[in-house]
Amino acid sequence: MCVAIPGLIKSIDGSLAQVEIGGITQTANLQLCPQAKVGDYVIVHTGYAINTLDQQEAKETLELFEAIARVAQEEN
Amino acid sequence: MKYASEFRDNRLARGLIAKIERSSRTPVKFMEFCGSHTVAIFRYGIRQVLPETVTTLSGPGCPICVTANVDLDKAIALARIPNVIMTSFGDVLRVPGSYTSLQAVRAEGADVRVIYSAMDALKIAADNPAKQVVLLGIGFETTTPTIAAAILQAKQESLTNFSVLSWHKLSPPAMKALLDSGDVALDGLICPGHVSIITGSQAWEFIARDYGIPCVVAGFEPLDILQCVDMLVTQVEKKEARVEIAYSRGVQREGNTVAQKLVDMVFEPCPAQWRGMGTIPASGLKLRPEYSMFDAEEIFDIDPGPTREPAGCICGEVLRGVSTPLDCPLFGKVCHPENPVGACMVSSEGSCFTYYLYGGKNE
Repeated sequence: MCVAIPGLIKSIDGSLAQVEIGGITQTANLQLCPQAKVGDYVIVHTGYAINTLDQQEAKETLELFEAIARVAQEEN
Repeated sequence: MKYASEFRDNRLARGLIAKIERSSRTPVKFMEFCGSHTVAIFRYGIRQVLPETVTTLSGPGCPICVTANVDLDKAIALARIPNVIMTSFGDVLRVPGSYTSLQAVRAEGADVRVIYSAMDALKIAADNPAKQVVLLGIGFETTTPTIAAAILQAKQESLTNFSVLSWHKLSPPAMKALLDSGDVALDGLICPGHVSIITGSQAWEFIARDYGIPCVVAGFEPLDILQCVDMLVTQVEKKEARVEIAYSRGVQREGNTVAQKLVDMVFEPCPAQWRGMGTIPASGLKLRPEYSMFDAEEIFDIDPGPTREPAGCICGEVLRGVSTPLDCPLFGKVCHPENPVGACMVSSEGSCFTYYLYGGKNE
Protein backbone atom coordinates (compact mmCIF):
# COMPACT_ATOMS: atom_id res chain seq x y z
CA MET A 1 0.00 0.00 0.00
CA CYS A 2 2.75 2.41 0.95
CA VAL A 3 4.69 1.80 -2.24
CA ALA A 4 6.25 5.02 -3.52
CA ILE A 5 8.67 5.46 -6.39
CA PRO A 6 11.29 8.12 -7.23
CA GLY A 7 10.59 10.23 -10.32
CA LEU A 8 12.27 13.19 -12.02
CA ILE A 9 10.18 16.33 -12.53
CA LYS A 10 10.31 17.38 -16.22
CA SER A 11 7.73 20.18 -16.13
CA ILE A 12 5.18 21.80 -13.82
CA ASP A 13 1.78 23.28 -14.68
CA GLY A 14 -0.05 24.63 -11.64
CA SER A 15 -0.16 21.87 -9.03
CA LEU A 16 0.45 19.11 -11.57
CA ALA A 17 3.88 17.94 -12.70
CA GLN A 18 5.04 15.68 -15.48
CA VAL A 19 7.34 13.18 -13.81
CA GLU A 20 9.59 10.63 -15.45
CA ILE A 21 9.50 7.28 -13.66
CA GLY A 22 11.58 4.49 -15.19
CA GLY A 23 11.42 6.04 -18.66
CA ILE A 24 7.65 6.60 -18.54
CA THR A 25 6.15 10.06 -18.06
CA GLN A 26 3.31 10.30 -15.55
CA THR A 27 1.32 13.10 -13.97
CA ALA A 28 2.03 13.74 -10.31
CA ASN A 29 0.12 16.10 -8.04
CA LEU A 30 2.41 18.48 -6.11
CA GLN A 31 -0.13 19.69 -3.50
CA LEU A 32 1.66 17.76 -0.75
CA CYS A 33 5.10 18.80 -1.93
CA PRO A 34 4.79 22.45 -3.06
CA GLN A 35 8.54 23.10 -2.74
CA ALA A 36 9.37 20.73 -5.65
CA LYS A 37 11.01 22.28 -8.74
CA VAL A 38 11.75 21.12 -12.27
CA GLY A 39 14.85 18.91 -12.12
CA ASP A 40 14.10 17.64 -8.61
CA TYR A 41 13.54 13.99 -7.85
CA VAL A 42 10.32 13.45 -5.92
CA ILE A 43 8.95 10.33 -4.32
CA VAL A 44 5.52 9.57 -5.80
CA HIS A 45 2.74 7.68 -4.02
CA THR A 46 -0.61 7.03 -5.76
CA GLY A 47 -0.15 9.99 -8.08
CA TYR A 48 0.97 12.47 -5.42
CA ALA A 49 4.55 13.59 -4.75
CA ILE A 50 5.08 13.19 -0.99
CA ASN A 51 8.61 14.58 -0.67
CA THR A 52 11.65 15.69 -2.63
CA LEU A 53 14.72 13.44 -2.47
CA ASP A 54 17.89 14.97 -1.08
CA GLN A 55 20.76 14.33 -3.49
CA GLN A 56 23.45 15.37 -1.02
CA GLU A 57 22.14 12.94 1.61
CA ALA A 58 21.96 10.15 -0.99
CA LYS A 59 25.58 10.79 -2.04
CA GLU A 60 26.82 10.81 1.55
CA THR A 61 24.99 7.55 2.27
CA LEU A 62 26.57 5.87 -0.78
CA GLU A 63 30.03 7.20 0.24
CA LEU A 64 29.51 5.66 3.67
CA PHE A 65 28.62 2.32 2.02
CA GLU A 66 31.80 2.59 -0.11
CA ALA A 67 33.91 3.09 3.02
CA ILE A 68 32.23 0.10 4.71
CA ALA A 69 32.83 -2.05 1.60
CA ARG A 70 36.51 -1.03 1.52
CA VAL A 71 36.99 -2.09 5.15
CA ALA A 72 35.34 -5.44 4.40
CA GLN A 73 37.56 -6.01 1.34
CA GLU A 74 40.73 -5.15 3.27
CA GLU A 75 39.78 -7.60 6.00
CA ASN A 76 39.40 -10.37 3.43
CA MET B 1 21.62 9.52 -9.40
CA LYS B 2 18.46 7.49 -10.08
CA TYR B 3 17.74 6.79 -6.39
CA ALA B 4 17.17 3.11 -7.14
CA SER B 5 19.90 1.03 -8.85
CA GLU B 6 22.64 2.69 -6.73
CA PHE B 7 21.00 1.22 -3.65
CA ARG B 8 20.97 -2.32 -5.09
CA ASP B 9 24.75 -2.66 -5.59
CA ASN B 10 26.00 -6.16 -4.85
CA ARG B 11 29.52 -5.13 -3.76
CA LEU B 12 28.22 -2.51 -1.33
CA ALA B 13 25.69 -5.03 0.01
CA ARG B 14 28.53 -7.48 0.76
CA GLY B 15 30.33 -4.77 2.70
CA LEU B 16 27.28 -4.07 4.85
CA ILE B 17 26.63 -7.79 5.41
CA ALA B 18 30.26 -8.27 6.52
CA LYS B 19 29.91 -5.35 8.95
CA ILE B 20 26.71 -6.82 10.41
CA GLU B 21 28.36 -10.25 10.77
CA ARG B 22 31.32 -8.66 12.52
CA SER B 23 29.33 -6.65 15.03
CA SER B 24 26.34 -8.90 15.80
CA ARG B 25 26.90 -10.96 18.99
CA THR B 26 23.51 -10.95 20.72
CA PRO B 27 20.64 -12.95 19.21
CA VAL B 28 18.02 -10.37 18.21
CA LYS B 29 14.50 -10.23 16.81
CA PHE B 30 13.70 -7.18 14.70
CA MET B 31 10.18 -6.45 13.46
CA GLU B 32 9.55 -4.73 10.15
CA PHE B 33 6.28 -2.86 10.70
CA CYS B 34 5.64 -2.32 7.02
CA GLY B 35 4.38 -4.88 4.51
CA SER B 36 6.49 -3.28 1.76
CA HIS B 37 9.56 -4.05 3.89
CA THR B 38 8.44 -7.68 4.22
CA VAL B 39 8.21 -7.86 0.43
CA ALA B 40 11.64 -6.24 -0.06
CA ILE B 41 13.25 -8.55 2.54
CA PHE B 42 11.93 -11.62 0.72
CA ARG B 43 12.47 -10.31 -2.82
CA TYR B 44 16.13 -9.52 -2.20
CA GLY B 45 16.78 -12.63 -0.09
CA ILE B 46 17.84 -10.57 2.91
CA ARG B 47 16.87 -13.18 5.51
CA GLN B 48 19.28 -15.60 3.86
CA VAL B 49 22.29 -13.25 4.00
CA LEU B 50 21.87 -12.08 7.59
CA PRO B 51 23.83 -13.88 10.32
CA GLU B 52 21.97 -16.45 12.42
CA THR B 53 21.88 -14.01 15.32
CA VAL B 54 19.46 -11.73 13.43
CA THR B 55 15.82 -12.71 12.94
CA THR B 56 13.29 -10.49 11.16
CA LEU B 57 9.59 -10.68 11.87
CA SER B 58 6.68 -9.26 9.85
CA GLY B 59 4.44 -6.73 11.56
CA PRO B 60 0.92 -5.39 11.12
CA GLY B 61 1.80 -2.71 8.53
CA CYS B 62 -0.44 -3.84 5.70
CA PRO B 63 -3.59 -1.67 5.55
CA ILE B 64 -5.57 -4.18 3.53
CA CYS B 65 -4.64 -7.03 5.88
CA VAL B 66 -5.63 -5.18 9.06
CA THR B 67 -9.01 -4.01 7.76
CA ALA B 68 -11.68 -5.75 9.86
CA ASN B 69 -14.48 -7.76 8.27
CA VAL B 70 -17.07 -5.33 9.65
CA ASP B 71 -15.51 -2.58 7.49
CA LEU B 72 -15.21 -4.81 4.43
CA ASP B 73 -18.87 -5.78 4.83
CA LYS B 74 -19.84 -2.09 4.96
CA ALA B 75 -17.99 -1.35 1.71
CA ILE B 76 -19.60 -4.35 0.04
CA ALA B 77 -23.08 -3.26 1.22
CA LEU B 78 -22.37 0.26 -0.05
CA ALA B 79 -21.26 -0.99 -3.45
CA ARG B 80 -24.57 -2.84 -3.78
CA ILE B 81 -26.62 0.34 -3.41
CA PRO B 82 -28.01 1.27 -6.85
CA ASN B 83 -26.53 4.41 -8.35
CA VAL B 84 -23.29 4.08 -6.37
CA ILE B 85 -19.91 3.83 -8.09
CA MET B 86 -17.42 2.36 -5.63
CA THR B 87 -13.81 3.30 -6.40
CA SER B 88 -10.95 1.48 -4.74
CA PHE B 89 -7.26 0.63 -4.90
CA GLY B 90 -6.93 -2.76 -6.62
CA ASP B 91 -6.04 -5.34 -3.98
CA VAL B 92 -9.05 -4.49 -1.82
CA LEU B 93 -11.46 -5.97 -4.37
CA ARG B 94 -10.36 -9.54 -3.76
CA VAL B 95 -10.38 -9.46 0.04
CA PRO B 96 -13.13 -11.69 1.36
CA GLY B 97 -15.50 -10.05 3.82
CA SER B 98 -17.83 -12.13 5.97
CA TYR B 99 -19.79 -13.53 3.03
CA THR B 100 -18.50 -12.10 -0.26
CA SER B 101 -16.00 -9.67 -1.78
CA LEU B 102 -16.17 -6.44 -3.77
CA GLN B 103 -14.95 -8.40 -6.78
CA ALA B 104 -17.84 -10.86 -6.46
CA VAL B 105 -20.48 -8.13 -6.16
CA ARG B 106 -18.94 -6.42 -9.18
CA ALA B 107 -19.46 -9.66 -11.12
CA GLU B 108 -23.09 -9.51 -9.97
CA GLY B 109 -23.46 -6.06 -11.50
CA ALA B 110 -22.30 -3.55 -8.89
CA ASP B 111 -20.24 -0.68 -10.32
CA VAL B 112 -16.86 -1.14 -8.63
CA ARG B 113 -13.87 0.52 -10.28
CA VAL B 114 -10.15 0.19 -9.61
CA ILE B 115 -8.26 3.45 -9.32
CA TYR B 116 -4.56 4.29 -9.14
CA SER B 117 -4.97 7.64 -7.42
CA ALA B 118 -7.58 9.56 -5.40
CA MET B 119 -7.55 12.01 -8.35
CA ASP B 120 -9.12 9.27 -10.51
CA ALA B 121 -12.13 9.10 -8.17
CA LEU B 122 -12.62 12.87 -8.47
CA LYS B 123 -12.60 12.59 -12.24
CA ILE B 124 -15.13 9.73 -12.18
CA ALA B 125 -17.37 11.89 -9.96
CA ALA B 126 -17.09 14.87 -12.31
CA ASP B 127 -17.84 12.64 -15.32
CA ASN B 128 -20.87 10.96 -13.65
CA PRO B 129 -22.95 13.74 -12.05
CA ALA B 130 -26.04 11.50 -11.76
CA LYS B 131 -24.16 8.85 -9.73
CA GLN B 132 -22.78 8.84 -6.19
CA VAL B 133 -19.05 8.15 -6.29
CA VAL B 134 -17.53 6.64 -3.14
CA LEU B 135 -13.78 6.51 -2.63
CA LEU B 136 -12.59 3.73 -0.36
CA GLY B 137 -10.15 5.60 1.84
CA ILE B 138 -7.66 2.97 2.93
CA GLY B 139 -4.08 3.32 4.05
CA PHE B 140 -1.71 4.54 6.69
CA GLU B 141 -0.10 7.95 7.01
CA THR B 142 1.47 7.71 3.53
CA THR B 143 -1.88 7.54 1.75
CA THR B 144 -4.15 9.60 4.01
CA PRO B 145 -2.79 13.01 2.87
CA THR B 146 -3.66 12.15 -0.75
CA ILE B 147 -7.25 11.41 0.30
CA ALA B 148 -7.36 14.61 2.36
CA ALA B 149 -6.12 16.55 -0.68
CA ALA B 150 -8.85 14.94 -2.81
CA ILE B 151 -11.57 15.89 -0.28
CA LEU B 152 -10.33 19.48 -0.21
CA GLN B 153 -10.30 19.54 -4.00
CA ALA B 154 -13.86 18.15 -4.10
CA LYS B 155 -14.91 20.96 -1.77
CA GLN B 156 -13.17 23.54 -3.93
CA GLU B 157 -14.85 22.15 -7.06
CA SER B 158 -18.22 21.97 -5.20
CA LEU B 159 -18.64 18.28 -6.06
CA THR B 160 -21.87 17.00 -4.48
CA ASN B 161 -21.65 13.37 -5.60
CA PHE B 162 -18.29 12.44 -4.06
CA SER B 163 -17.67 10.87 -0.66
CA VAL B 164 -15.05 8.86 1.21
CA LEU B 165 -15.51 5.73 3.31
CA SER B 166 -12.60 6.22 5.72
CA TRP B 167 -10.67 3.17 6.86
CA HIS B 168 -7.55 5.24 7.45
CA LYS B 169 -5.35 4.06 10.27
CA LEU B 170 -2.40 5.35 12.25
CA SER B 171 0.77 3.27 12.60
CA PRO B 172 2.24 4.37 15.97
CA PRO B 173 -0.88 3.47 18.05
CA ALA B 174 -0.89 -0.01 16.48
CA MET B 175 2.77 -0.48 17.33
CA LYS B 176 2.05 0.69 20.88
CA ALA B 177 -0.87 -1.74 21.23
CA LEU B 178 1.31 -4.57 19.96
CA LEU B 179 4.08 -3.79 22.46
CA ASP B 180 1.59 -3.32 25.33
CA SER B 181 0.02 -6.70 24.60
CA GLY B 182 3.31 -8.37 25.54
CA ASP B 183 2.74 -10.96 22.78
CA VAL B 184 6.10 -10.37 21.14
CA ALA B 185 9.44 -9.34 22.60
CA LEU B 186 11.34 -7.16 20.13
CA ASP B 187 14.97 -6.04 20.14
CA GLY B 188 14.52 -3.48 17.40
CA LEU B 189 12.00 -1.92 15.08
CA ILE B 190 12.50 -1.42 11.34
CA CYS B 191 10.30 1.68 11.01
CA PRO B 192 8.27 2.28 7.84
CA GLY B 193 10.04 4.60 5.40
CA HIS B 194 7.13 6.11 3.53
CA VAL B 195 4.88 6.51 6.57
CA SER B 196 7.84 8.32 8.14
CA ILE B 197 8.21 10.67 5.14
CA ILE B 198 4.86 12.08 6.30
CA THR B 199 5.06 11.67 10.10
CA GLY B 200 8.78 12.25 10.43
CA SER B 201 11.03 9.94 12.43
CA GLN B 202 9.74 11.73 15.55
CA ALA B 203 6.66 9.46 15.45
CA TRP B 204 8.77 6.55 16.75
CA GLU B 205 10.61 8.36 19.55
CA PHE B 206 8.16 7.14 22.21
CA ILE B 207 9.10 3.53 21.40
CA ALA B 208 12.81 4.13 21.99
CA ARG B 209 12.11 6.26 25.08
CA ASP B 210 9.25 4.34 26.78
CA TYR B 211 10.01 0.77 25.69
CA GLY B 212 13.80 0.94 25.32
CA ILE B 213 13.61 -0.52 21.81
CA PRO B 214 16.03 0.73 19.13
CA CYS B 215 14.20 2.19 16.11
CA VAL B 216 15.61 2.83 12.64
CA VAL B 217 13.60 4.22 9.72
CA ALA B 218 14.44 2.34 6.52
CA GLY B 219 13.96 2.79 2.80
CA PHE B 220 12.93 -0.08 0.55
CA GLU B 221 16.04 -0.88 -1.48
CA PRO B 222 18.24 -3.76 -0.28
CA LEU B 223 21.07 -1.46 0.86
CA ASP B 224 18.58 0.64 2.83
CA ILE B 225 17.40 -2.44 4.73
CA LEU B 226 20.95 -3.72 5.33
CA GLN B 227 21.99 -0.29 6.62
CA CYS B 228 18.96 -0.30 8.91
CA VAL B 229 19.83 -3.75 10.29
CA ASP B 230 23.44 -2.63 10.81
CA MET B 231 22.31 0.45 12.74
CA LEU B 232 19.91 -1.62 14.87
CA VAL B 233 22.61 -4.22 15.63
CA THR B 234 25.03 -1.45 16.59
CA GLN B 235 22.48 0.07 18.98
CA VAL B 236 21.75 -3.34 20.54
CA GLU B 237 25.45 -4.12 21.05
CA LYS B 238 26.03 -0.69 22.60
CA LYS B 239 22.88 -1.13 24.73
CA GLU B 240 21.36 2.04 23.29
CA ALA B 241 17.78 2.76 22.24
CA ARG B 242 17.14 5.75 20.02
CA VAL B 243 15.60 6.66 16.69
CA GLU B 244 17.89 6.82 13.67
CA ILE B 245 17.20 7.24 9.96
CA ALA B 246 18.65 4.86 7.35
CA TYR B 247 16.70 6.68 4.61
CA SER B 248 18.03 10.20 5.04
CA ARG B 249 17.53 11.07 1.37
CA GLY B 250 13.77 10.99 1.95
CA VAL B 251 12.97 11.18 5.67
CA GLN B 252 13.50 14.01 8.15
CA ARG B 253 12.68 14.18 11.85
CA GLU B 254 9.73 16.60 11.41
CA GLY B 255 8.17 14.88 8.41
CA ASN B 256 6.05 16.52 5.72
CA THR B 257 4.34 19.35 7.61
CA VAL B 258 2.25 20.40 4.59
CA ALA B 259 0.72 16.91 4.42
CA GLN B 260 0.28 16.76 8.20
CA LYS B 261 -1.71 20.03 8.12
CA LEU B 262 -4.00 18.83 5.32
CA VAL B 263 -4.77 15.60 7.17
CA ASP B 264 -5.43 17.48 10.41
CA MET B 265 -7.76 19.88 8.59
CA VAL B 266 -9.97 17.09 7.20
CA PHE B 267 -9.64 14.16 9.65
CA GLU B 268 -9.77 13.58 13.39
CA PRO B 269 -8.64 10.52 15.38
CA CYS B 270 -11.20 7.87 16.33
CA PRO B 271 -11.11 4.33 17.70
CA ALA B 272 -10.56 1.75 14.95
CA GLN B 273 -10.97 -1.97 14.72
CA TRP B 274 -7.91 -3.88 13.46
CA ARG B 275 -8.00 -7.46 12.26
CA GLY B 276 -6.37 -9.57 14.95
CA MET B 277 -5.80 -6.67 17.32
CA GLY B 278 -9.32 -5.60 18.25
CA THR B 279 -10.30 -1.98 18.75
CA ILE B 280 -7.36 0.35 19.38
CA PRO B 281 -8.13 3.83 20.77
CA ALA B 282 -7.29 6.83 18.57
CA SER B 283 -5.80 4.57 15.89
CA GLY B 284 -8.21 5.47 13.10
CA LEU B 285 -9.17 8.64 11.28
CA LYS B 286 -12.70 9.86 10.49
CA LEU B 287 -13.81 12.97 8.65
CA ARG B 288 -14.29 16.04 10.83
CA PRO B 289 -17.92 17.26 11.14
CA GLU B 290 -17.10 20.22 8.84
CA TYR B 291 -16.52 17.70 6.05
CA SER B 292 -19.51 15.43 6.80
CA MET B 293 -20.93 16.13 3.32
CA PHE B 294 -18.03 14.01 2.02
CA ASP B 295 -18.38 11.28 4.65
CA ALA B 296 -19.96 8.14 3.14
CA GLU B 297 -20.92 6.92 6.64
CA GLU B 298 -23.03 10.08 7.07
CA ILE B 299 -24.53 10.09 3.58
CA PHE B 300 -25.56 6.46 3.28
CA ASP B 301 -27.56 4.27 5.60
CA ILE B 302 -25.37 1.18 5.58
CA ASP B 303 -26.42 -2.05 7.26
CA PRO B 304 -23.93 -4.83 6.53
CA GLY B 305 -25.56 -7.34 8.91
CA PRO B 306 -23.66 -9.63 11.27
CA THR B 307 -19.99 -10.34 10.59
CA ARG B 308 -18.18 -13.63 10.80
CA GLU B 309 -14.55 -14.76 10.59
CA PRO B 310 -13.30 -17.60 8.35
CA ALA B 311 -12.76 -20.83 10.31
CA GLY B 312 -9.14 -21.83 10.84
CA CYS B 313 -7.64 -18.59 9.49
CA ILE B 314 -4.87 -17.16 11.71
CA CYS B 315 -4.32 -13.83 9.91
CA GLY B 316 -4.81 -12.04 13.23
CA GLU B 317 -1.91 -13.89 14.86
CA VAL B 318 0.28 -13.43 11.80
CA LEU B 319 -0.38 -9.67 11.89
CA ARG B 320 0.67 -9.53 15.55
CA GLY B 321 3.88 -11.38 14.78
CA VAL B 322 2.84 -14.18 17.15
CA SER B 323 2.66 -16.76 14.37
CA THR B 324 4.12 -17.00 10.87
CA PRO B 325 2.07 -18.05 7.84
CA LEU B 326 3.76 -21.46 8.09
CA ASP B 327 1.93 -22.05 11.39
CA CYS B 328 -1.44 -21.79 9.64
CA PRO B 329 -3.13 -25.11 8.77
CA LEU B 330 -4.77 -23.48 5.74
CA PHE B 331 -1.57 -21.96 4.26
CA GLY B 332 -0.75 -23.25 0.80
CA LYS B 333 -3.49 -25.87 1.02
CA VAL B 334 -6.98 -24.34 1.19
CA CYS B 335 -5.63 -20.79 1.22
CA HIS B 336 -3.47 -19.63 -1.68
CA PRO B 337 -3.41 -16.52 -3.90
CA GLU B 338 -6.02 -17.97 -6.27
CA ASN B 339 -8.39 -18.76 -3.42
CA PRO B 340 -7.48 -16.53 -0.48
CA VAL B 341 -9.25 -17.31 2.78
CA GLY B 342 -7.70 -14.47 4.75
CA ALA B 343 -6.69 -10.93 3.87
CA CYS B 344 -2.95 -11.62 4.35
CA MET B 345 -3.06 -13.95 1.32
CA VAL B 346 -4.71 -11.29 -0.87
CA SER B 347 -2.67 -8.17 -0.47
CA SER B 348 0.54 -8.08 -2.49
CA GLU B 349 2.13 -6.97 0.79
CA GLY B 350 0.43 -9.52 3.00
CA SER B 351 2.76 -11.85 4.90
CA CYS B 352 1.00 -14.98 3.64
CA PHE B 353 1.11 -13.84 0.01
CA THR B 354 4.77 -12.89 0.34
CA TYR B 355 5.70 -16.22 1.99
CA TYR B 356 3.79 -18.05 -0.74
CA LEU B 357 5.32 -16.06 -3.61
CA TYR B 358 8.92 -16.17 -2.44
CA GLY B 359 8.97 -19.74 -1.17
CA GLY B 360 8.92 -18.86 2.51
CA LYS B 361 7.09 -22.16 2.85
CA ASN B 362 10.40 -23.93 2.29
CA GLU B 363 12.21 -22.12 5.08
